[in-house]
Amino acid sequence: MSVPTLDPSADDAILDVDGVSVWLSGREVLHDVRFRIMPGEFTGLIGSNGAGKTTLFRVILGLQASSTGSVLVGGRPLTRRNPIIGYVPQKVFLDPDMPLRARDVVALGLDGHRLGVPLGWGRRRQAVDAMLDAVDARRFADARVGNLSGGEQQRVLIAHALISRPRLLLLDEPLANLDIRAEGEVVALLARIAREQRIAVLISAHDVNPLLPVMDRLVYVAAGKTASGTTAEVIRAEVLSALYGQHVDVLRVHGRILVVAGAEGPSGVTVEETDGAAVGPDIVSLR
Amino acid sequence: MVNTWIAATLVAVIAGVVGFFVVLRGAAFVAHAIPHGAFGGAAGAVLIGVNPIAGLGVFAVGGALGIGWLGRRGRHDVATALALVLMLGLGALFLSFSVEYAAAIYSLLFGEVLGVPSDELLPIAGLGIACIAALAVLYRPLMLTSIAPEVAEARGVGAQRIETGFLLVVALAATMTVPVVGVLLMFSLMIGPAATAGSLTRSPRNAIALSVLLALATVWIAVAVSYLTNLPVGFFVGTLGAVSYGCARIWTARRRGRTAPA
Repeated sequence: MSVPTLDPSADDAILDVDGVSVWLSGREVLHDVRFRIMPGEFTGLIGSNGAGKTTLFRVILGLQASSTGSVLVGGRPLTRRNPIIGYVPQKVFLDPDMPLRARDVVALGLDGHRLGVPLGWGRRRQAVDAMLDAVDARRFADARVGNLSGGEQQRVLIAHALISRPRLLLLDEPLANLDIRAEGEVVALLARIAREQRIAVLISAHDVNPLLPVMDRLVYVAAGKTASGTTAEVIRAEVLSALYGQHVDVLRVHGRILVVAGAEGPSGVTVEETDGAAVGPDIVSLR
Repeated sequence: MVNTWIAATLVAVIAGVVGFFVVLRGAAFVAHAIPHGAFGGAAGAVLIGVNPIAGLGVFAVGGALGIGWLGRRGRHDVATALALVLMLGLGALFLSFSVEYAAAIYSLLFGEVLGVPSDELLPIAGLGIACIAALAVLYRPLMLTSIAPEVAEARGVGAQRIETGFLLVVALAATMTVPVVGVLLMFSLMIGPAATAGSLTRSPRNAIALSVLLALATVWIAVAVSYLTNLPVGFFVGTLGAVSYGCARIWTARRRGRTAPA
């Protein structure tokens, strides 16, 4: 199902997921997932809630064993504590009452797994400041992290993941709960990081539209099955209908995409990828 | 009286440091359950004729391990509550067998801060240093697992092991401090100053320092006023903790109201 576009030599791939299936409590959560990510590539992992995106991330992070198939990260088999991977999880507990500044969260990305009290404060501080500059978060470096807006917190978490200099950045639904402006800013920041630092980005989202301007490739997950390729190759009625196991229509409106499913479904038409935003001329069209 | 000041000071330092992590991790219920449940161990120790502190230690550590193990899969608060009721139930059973010593055991609830013997000071100091050293070693993983346990796991930090280590530190702190200040006082000293400090300062290091200072001030004022008025120390510690937290919240809310939100 995979249709590679760039030179697909497996040796160069930063991530190579090959035929991964995962069974959890008697249910097949992921079925024969296969795709590759090249250095510096921006890849969207698109699917509705419960489609298996987080499970796939857990497999890549080495936190969930796959039932079949293999995953190579940087050409090597999976290990836990893989320094090549940076991770921004969906669930982060940033309580407004926590005495924790944005810079403390970023510093934990540097050495939060080590025992003992940190030494070399000057060097640490420089590294943290440089990272905060890179994600344009310096101005709220000393703010209480729980009081920051959703978009600001995402920048801090991205800095937290990037400071250990990974080559692959995984982000689990970083756009959930963001307003449209913050969403655009975070996507632009991630695209810049991927381009300038040659860091491959794999970002999961339930809506494909915010990622359309920057995505090199996408992996679409539905009912545990995946299809990968460029947007034009994957977001097509035939491909998605095969994934969902029922007829699905793909509508393109002003460069935005709606996936509409379930003509014969019990509850009539359901819209899989909706977006309450007004459709504007600023949306970059599909390549 | 000198012993009282030294003991109260030691207890305040420990409670201030341990309390910071208790509040950070939202573990106030665990900090309540371990010392209270350990009280049942003291009752058992008296029944079989051993030093109550040994009973306290066994129950505190057993409770911590039980909560860590049961909380592994499923809800932490349920595991904590079950450990607490089990230990308290055993305590009630032991007390029913040993009527004559009941008064001595009940004093553990409120402590004997005004009558600490000299030979108890050294063990308290030793256990206190062990607690703080353990927290210094666990500092960064404790912070990381508090905000993003999944990131910690992905980076090879066993969040469960860190959690169990932390619970053992709470158990150690409880064993050491309960005979001095009592169960109720220890609980209020761990929560009040740390929560107040957390709402007054943003950096974790400052919050730990402020938490210790507030715990010291609370204990010193409470002991002095209690000595002068003959009213219980626990009343003053509990009231000071709640009032200082309330004042800190009002102050930060007003300050936020005046300056434009960042």
